[in-house]
Parts: sequence; C-alpha cells; structure tokens
Amino acid sequence: MSKTPANLKYTKSHEWVELLSDGTLRVGITDHAQDLLGDMVFVELPEPGRSVTAGQECAVVESVKAASDVYSPVSGEVIAVNKALAGSPDLVNKDAYGAGWMMHIKPSSLAELDNLLDANAYAELVAAEAH
Amino acid sequence: MGKRTPLYEAHLSMGAKIVDFGGWDMPLHYGSQIEEHHSVRRAAGMFDVSHMTIVDLEGERVREFLRYLLANNVDKLTVLGKALYTCMLNERGGVIDDLIVYFMAAPGILDRRSGRDSTFSIPGVVPPAALAHPCASWFRLVVNAATRDKDLAWIKRCADAFGVTVKEHDDLAMIAVQGPAARDAVHGLLGDAGPQAAALGPFHAVMAGELFVARTGYTGEDGYEVMLPAAQAADFWQRLHQAGVKPIGLGARDTLRLEAGMNLYGADMDEGTTPLESGLGWTVAWEPAGRDFIGRAALEAQRSEGAKFKLVGLVLDDKGVLRNHQKVIINGREAGEITSGSFSPTLGKAIAFARVSAEAGEHAEVDVRGKLLAVRIVKPPFVRHGASCIEQK
Repeated sequence: MSKTPANLKYTKSHEWVELLSDGTLRVGITDHAQDLLGDMVFVELPEPGRSVTAGQECAVVESVKAASDVYSPVSGEVIAVNKALAGSPDLVNKDAYGAGWMMHIKPSSLAELDNLLDANAYAELVAAEAH
Repeated sequence: MGKRTPLYEAHLSMGAKIVDFGGWDMPLHYGSQIEEHHSVRRAAGMFDVSHMTIVDLEGERVREFLRYLLANNVDKLTVLGKALYTCMLNERGGVIDDLIVYFMAAPGILDRRSGRDSTFSIPGVVPPAALAHPCASWFRLVVNAATRDKDLAWIKRCADAFGVTVKEHDDLAMIAVQGPAARDAVHGLLGDAGPQAAALGPFHAVMAGELFVARTGYTGEDGYEVMLPAAQAADFWQRLHQAGVKPIGLGARDTLRLEAGMNLYGADMDEGTTPLESGLGWTVAWEPAGRDFIGRAALEAQRSEGAKFKLVGLVLDDKGVLRNHQKVIINGREAGEITSGSFSPTLGKAIAFARVSAEAGEHAEVDVRGKLLAVRIVKPPFVRHGASCIEQK
C-alpha cells in the first residue's frame, strides 16, 4: 500500500506539495507514482528561475518502464531543484516524500493550494484507479 | 485473472509485482528491477519461465522433419543433449517463432522406453550411421509463451506428413538460474546428479533424475535452465533461494537479454520480418544447399537481392532512455525504428536494437520525445559475462 502523508497536498496527476514555513512549496511525485513507474533512471528538472504554470509540464522522470511528465501543481517560479537526483534518481523510489523531492517553487498565489487534493481525497483516487 | 505457473504463490510471498504477460500472471519485479539485474550480473538470480512452452517431438522421421521445419540445421546436433538456437519460418521467410531445440535421444535409446522418463546417460557421440539412417529419436523444443497456440498448430500441421508425434508438456515447470554463481548453486541441489550437470558444456543438456538441466539461458551469463515436474517447482525455488539465489522478474529479464544482444520475439522480429532483417542471419544454415526448409526460397531471394534492412545496436551516451518504436534518423531522413529500447543498468546508459536501412553506418539520431539525440550504431552484444563489450565514451 502506498503512503499518503496527511500534511501534504496532492494533484490528480500524482504530484505532492508541501507548504514550508516561509510560504514556498516543495514538490515531488507520490509514492504511488514511483511505484507505478518502477526504478527511476533519469530525472530531468527545470533550471531555477523558470516560471511554471499550474497543470503544465515542469519536469520529466524516466524509469525503466516509461518516460513520464511531471506537472506543476501551482503557478510560480522554480527557486531550487534537488541536485542529488542527477546522480541518484533512485531517491525518488526510496523516499518519494523526503530525499526524493524535486523542486522548490515560489507560488504566485497560495490560494491555488485550495484546488489540490488532501490526503484522504488522493488516497481515494489511488484506490479507485486500482479497480 | 491470467494463467498461473506453479510458482505463483511463491512470487506473491516474495513481494512480486504481478503483470500480465501473454495471458500469464507473471512477476515484473520483486522490489527493484535494477537491483535484480545487478544480482544476475554479479552473483546469481532465478527466473520463473514456466510459462514457456515445452514440446517433445518423436518419430522415426523426426530428424528429417526438423531439417524441413527449422531454418538452422538439426544435423549440427550430433551429440546427445546438444542444443541449437533457430528460427521457425513461414513460406515467406517471416519468423513464426524463435526456439531452442535439444537432441534428446538417438535411435535405440528410445526403444528402452523405461529410460525415456527417468534418465539417459552422460551425453555421448551418436554413431554417424544413426544420423544417416533416419529412425526413431526424440527432440525437445522450447518455444515462446505468447506464440504457443500458433506454434503448436503450425508444428502439428507440418508434422503430419512425417508421422511425427507432437506432445506439449504442461506438466513441467521451468526455472532459469543465471549468473556467475548460478551453476554452483544448482549443483548443490542436484545431489548425485550434480557432477553430471557440472560436466555439461555450454548449450548442452542432461536428464538428471526427473530434472532436465540445460546449460542455456537468456542473460549473457553462465547458468542453467531447469525443467522439472510442476509439483517439485516450489520446493526447488525455495531451496535455490536458501542457497542465496535472488528471484528475478520479467523486467530485469528484458534488460539482461537486451544487454546480451538477444532478440525478443514480437519486438525484434515477427512474421513480417526475416532472420536476415533481424540480426539472425547467423542462425540460418544455408549448407547443405540441397536442404529444403520452409522459407528457404524466400530467404535466398532476399539474400541475393540484399536485404533492405538490418538489425543493429544503438548506444545513447547522453541522458535519456531509448524506447520501442522511437524513430531513427540518418542524414535528416527517417531510416528505421527502435524494436527494443531500454536503460542498461550495467552500462548506465540507454541501449537499443533498431531495424534500420542496410546502408546505415556508425552514427544516427533518435527522436526521443521530440528531441533528436545522437546515438552510436554498434554490433551487439552490449554486455557479456558481466563486462561491457562497448567502447566507453
């Protein structure tokens, strides 16, 4: 059973978002997503400074099985990316919500977070997909 | 729910992620496909390949039948237990399936019926006279799971005229044990038959009690493929596991065979392509010129005209993963497509087979998700016995 921490927000396209104390967001893909994709072999992240738009592609993960776009959960600006993923893409498999984080985003508006799913809603979505 | 092998419960208990493969519920991986891949290259891994189809052929004219049915020549099999890799073609030279044929019993041996299901002795040379005079003998074929029905129908249809009987063995399971430590692990489980297996040369098989032990595989490593009664499979699997052999899923099986330069039926060749267009020209036995095998006329015509396509290896030195059906571009023009592409855990970069125009040289580009990435064209295999065969860049 994949994990869905209660303190995070989620998208239908299987990204997670953590609101940090300084009002910026940390973003990655969910444990369910990494489980579906299998072992990661490359993670292609945006350059810091790039503007991203909610629902638009902002990164690519390539696993042994498939290439998959990662969609930005909110609009804003990328302020940092997880450089460790370049050498150790398997961090996404091992710790999707921790060491496998992908980018920090400074959101244009925190109100966009209200459009995202909470942990219960995301868990229901995953359960529904399994059937 | 798909068909299940005798090891299905064992897979679940080892944490397998199960996927459909040709109508079978099979393990994709048991946690990490890449770690499983490395286990086989560095130590030993075991694969449930019970879904593959085992077919025994016997009859006085079985050798004559196989000379006609198969594009490689079974007359290369002069030693009991020897195996041969071959294609089975249609009249157009298209590949119906690729398979391994084992020479199991020569004339006289089969007459001792009791010997058939228990044991035959250490492989020995068959007297030339026995080959010259077609009489009763027995061959075993191992064909692909996804092609089972059409293969059996084709073999039976062709076998009738030769009076050859075709018997499928769905009573047998099959476990491949592969890697540098694989053979020692198996020897420990064979008891008195251990030395018999240890004496096998590459591409030879022996019956060891109820076990059929073949020194063959699909990984580019040393090892065995063991066929055994279905009821004994789970126990054998557990004992291998206790001996330190790791379970390996279909995911790693695919990357291992791709690194090893081995074709996958349905991806790298099918009924619409010939062996000459599939990197399998080496499996076609042209001599003796008088041997009439199915597809020969079409292949000879293609050989004299020159095949328009060839199967090559590709290496991507940049980041990215080559995938099936991506387009290959040479000098700005589409020149073919990838038939099997993946990430090579051993090389740490993407590799592929591609069917490209025959004049392709050493360099090409591949359209990877809208970006043209430069690739090297190489001759497979990419990896053999744990080591890279490809020049590092």
